[in-house]
Amino acid sequence: MKATNTGDPAYYHKVVDCQWACPAHTNVPEYIRLIAQGRYTDAYMLNRESNVFPGILGRTCDRPCEPACRRERVDGKPVAICRLKRVAADLKDDITHLLPKAPEQKNGKRVACIGAGPASLAVANDLMPLGYSVTIYEKYDKPGGLMRSNIPSFRLPESVLAEETGAILNMGVDIRYNSPVESMNGLLAEGYDAVFVGSGAPRGKDLDIPGRHDTDRIHIGIDWLESITFGHIDKIGEKVLIIGVGNTAMDCCRSSRRLGGKDIKVMARRPRGYFKASPWELEDAEEEGIDIIINHAPTRFVIENGALRGMEFERLEWDAEAKKSKVIDKVILPCDDVILAIGQENAFPWIERELGMEFDKWGMPVVNETTFQSSIPGVFFGGDAAFGPKNIIWAVAHGHAAAISIHNHCQGVPVTERPPDGMNLVTQKMGMSEWSYHNDYNPSPRQKMKHVDLKKRFEQLNIEVEMGFNAEQTAREVQRCLNCDVETEFTPKLCIECDACIDICPMLCLTIARDGEESEIRQRLSAPAVNPDQALYASEPLPQTGRLMLKDEDLCVHCGLCAERCPTSAWDMQKFELLISYAGREACTSSYVPA
Amino acid sequence: MPSIAKPIAVHPSLHRNALGLTLRDYEGAMSTLCAGCGHDSITAAIIKALWELSIQPHMIAKMSGIGCSSKTPTYFVNGAHGFNSAHGRMAAIATGANAANRELTYIGISGDGDSLSIGLGHMCHAIRRNVKMLYVIENNGVYGLTKGQFSASADVGSRSKRGEPNRMAPIDPVMLALSIGATFVARSFSGDKEQLVPILKAAIAHRGFALVDVISPCVTFNDHNGSTKSYLYTRKHMQKATEADFVPPASEILATIGDVGTTTVTMHDGSVVRFTSVPKNYDPTDRRGVYDYLQEHANTGSVATGLLYLDESVADLHEMNQTPSTALARMPYDKLVPGTAALDELMEDFR
Ligand SMILES: Cc1cc2nc3c(=O)[nH]c(=O)nc-3n(C[C@H](O)[C@H](O)[C@H](O)COP(=O)(O)OP(=O)(O)OC[C@H]3O[C@@H](n4cnc5c(N)ncnc54)[C@H](O)[C@@H]3O)c2cc1C
Ligand SMILES: Cc1ncc(C[n+]2csc(CCOP(=O)(O)OP(=O)(O)O)c2C)c(N)n1
Ligand code: SF4
Ligand code: SF4
Ligand code: SF4
Ligand SMILES: [Mg+2]
Repeated sequence: MKATNTGDPAYYHKVVDCQWACPAHTNVPEYIRLIAQGRYTDAYMLNRESNVFPGILGRTCDRPCEPACRRERVDGKPVAICRLKRVAADLKDDITHLLPKAPEQKNGKRVACIGAGPASLAVANDLMPLGYSVTIYEKYDKPGGLMRSNIPSFRLPESVLAEETGAILNMGVDIRYNSPVESMNGLLAEGYDAVFVGSGAPRGKDLDIPGRHDTDRIHIGIDWLESITFGHIDKIGEKVLIIGVGNTAMDCCRSSRRLGGKDIKVMARRPRGYFKASPWELEDAEEEGIDIIINHAPTRFVIENGALRGMEFERLEWDAEAKKSKVIDKVILPCDDVILAIGQENAFPWIERELGMEFDKWGMPVVNETTFQSSIPGVFFGGDAAFGPKNIIWAVAHGHAAAISIHNHCQGVPVTERPPDGMNLVTQKMGMSEWSYHNDYNPSPRQKMKHVDLKKRFEQLNIEVEMGFNAEQTAREVQRCLNCDVETEFTPKLCIECDACIDICPMLCLTIARDGEESEIRQRLSAPAVNPDQALYASEPLPQTGRLMLKDEDLCVHCGLCAERCPTSAWDMQKFELLISYAGREACTSSYVPA
Repeated sequence: MPSIAKPIAVHPSLHRNALGLTLRDYEGAMSTLCAGCGHDSITAAIIKALWELSIQPHMIAKMSGIGCSSKTPTYFVNGAHGFNSAHGRMAAIATGANAANRELTYIGISGDGDSLSIGLGHMCHAIRRNVKMLYVIENNGVYGLTKGQFSASADVGSRSKRGEPNRMAPIDPVMLALSIGATFVARSFSGDKEQLVPILKAAIAHRGFALVDVISPCVTFNDHNGSTKSYLYTRKHMQKATEADFVPPASEILATIGDVGTTTVTMHDGSVVRFTSVPKNYDPTDRRGVYDYLQEHANTGSVATGLLYLDESVADLHEMNQTPSTALARMPYDKLVPGTAALDELMEDFR
């Protein structure tokens, strides 16, 4: 097989499973080490560079990093990456002096952003320090988008949201509250150099079945949550049915519990394992006494004398893959209120079609996945507005990418010219069998988040349920990280094929063997390499026998023993830093990463 | 010395042997030898062989003398018994231990210094007595532990790290063993586990004394250009005389017996060693033929490896002395020490 090129930043980046999975490529192992050293402010600032909202995300992130975490493959449970982010945010010092600032001298370019959600805020975060004048138009009177209007305050305290949105707006963003953009045409006429659409996916899906319009006790989930946030709703009936079992449903049922709901059922069409809600959200809801009822498909609302009495469902039986179902019978469940949480849609009634912007057959604007530019040069989309509802971290990643495009566009550079990522690779050797990182494997189990007492948490709507890790939990959890960014870097010409590295490796990662096809080599290693998502490293032919050094990256715990047992330092442990490019800052090293 | 103990995390595909143990259960303490020492590779091969044979850890006795090589029993099978004897005395202590408890599996680890200088006499007599044990010489041509002086296995003309040539003729443990009636003689290389592991397994199954001489480069004092026991020199000069394949009892033997170049020898315990001789007409049961072959190769400077000689027909220490089949260690006290009357009766015989 072909020798691996570890000089390509993508190779080692992929070994850092969490960072690779994070849409914004947050340098997870580095911030975890900073937390381990008590350097919370540095850990926070390192996070902030890539994900902009560490305090918010440390509580609410969808955490694609965690299922990707190598630790899960090693002992079954990923590192609590997300909750450690919150530790950094909670324990940091005053960071005012470290935040990016806008220069006094503006660069003369004006950018308009529609909506003050995470996508637009990320754009402003990247462009303000470059001297751009950024104007944000927001429908409501507060910033944050769905993070404010829809994520309940028992999951995300208002103070955290205010602090992190403030850090951006305080750079001097021209934020115009209560200013819904009602015409794209009108906005374009104002002569901005670029426009960014970060208006989200604001419309909750409806369920048009009999009885839908005969009562006012049926609510659209995202509108209902918004009404709670803005103080228009403060109670609900005792019996509540939530239709749908996604993330919105979880927030609706838990909010109902706090507004007077006693018998709350989340109604799912399909069996467990096929829900959209994250497992931890389901757990949290069930802890609060909410029933999750599977295999029920809604057929009609039961209205008597103009009042909602209940809802009728078909009970379904599914095949093994939950693809096909058949109806067993029908049941009626009594209820006082129904909340529909079956998804969100985009809506752009304010973009005049005469403008000639290209829309696809589902009414979505055609947006380039790399540049985020629409078919109109200078008009960019990002966040939920670009490709439909996703989550906060994706909105941030879109914002960074769109900011690069906007910067290019305003500087007369083609938006397709993307600054490449770079990398640093620095040996961690401090002496004989001595490394500058903690290479020992810590067998601690994943730490469990403590929650506010089940009675106390319902006393007020905004009591944050998760208490955060205490010092002891933090100290344990940080040591679970396997330091996947401390890479095993190999120099073939130094190897004398003594087998020391192969003999010592606890995870059977290494093999010296003759060349062949990768698929065939994968079968004849110290342990078969069965995870096709993980790379198999192959060296150039070794000097003494011409065989290859092979490493299955899948389960390496980055213990450094191979490098310690190597007599010639053919293996070395080297810290990989991905140098990410942002608007106006090409592949630069972070000032928060110690060498 | 590594900074940490080997992580307890294990690979999910790790197999279990007949006792339900994984390879990791046959490990010992972390090695304190120099990084890259051939001895550590031999340790890994021994771990593999013992695991594959499903030997109960507490039924193993690890015996050694003094030297880097003699330290290695600490680095395998934590749960085994062990005796770290005085320099060169391992063979004698192992003979005594084996006499007292024939039920254990004896793994003797020695060095070329330990066995061919100070311990030479003891080793020869253990061979003569055909003590049932695996006797490994981790052969690096130097006294590693005392910083690289030439040992008795150093070749004439091979140079020390400082450049001085060795002028004294070497003792080749393989030739020596053959000449004094050894019943199992093998040579291998620490850098070739594919060859070494089956040899070790066959040696453990052998009826009597099994000598395995393993070229094991001393990476610190004898892995340089003037050395004839370096990784590079050994790789360049290694000549395979046989390839041995160890088939445990009750397993099916796949090769057709009597094929050209294939010989099989049934071991005392029912297992089978299948040889594929690399040079034509090499017969590992013909002591004289093997001796001539080795002599010829020694003259051309090549290192012949493989399971070189095997004879399962010779009785071991216990069989020769017609000792009881129960280990003395497990014999009831009154039987083992029958008292004054029995002693008097015995003494009468000599009057
Ligand atoms: C109930 C619920 C819970 C969620 N929980 C999580 C979670 O825990 N974790 C997570 O990562 N994601 C979660 N999400 C998803 C996440 O909130 C969104 O993906 C994210 O906020 C999208 O960001 P955005 O910037 O694209 O848009 P939004 O956050 O939707 O912001 C859009 C902003 O634009 C404004 N706007 C819209 N149209 C106009 C206009 N014409 N003129 C001016 N302003 C306009 C809106 O008022 C809003 O402030 C949740 C979503 C919902 C509905
Ligand atoms: C009675 C006695 N004499 C001398 C020594 C010094 N000594 C320690 S190890 C050793 C030689 C070891 O050589 P070898 O058996 O080849 O082991 P290696 O270190 O090379 O593996 C000697 C001479 C000793 N420990 N005891
Ligand atoms: S760092 Fe080296 S020894 Fe440790 S698990 Fe990875 S490959 Fe194996
Ligand atoms: S320990 Fe070093 S020299 Fe020995 S085989 Fe491994 S990489 Fe090669
Ligand atoms: S001195 Fe030589 S024999 Fe001893 S541990 Fe070091 S390399 Fe091995
Ligand atoms: Mg020696």
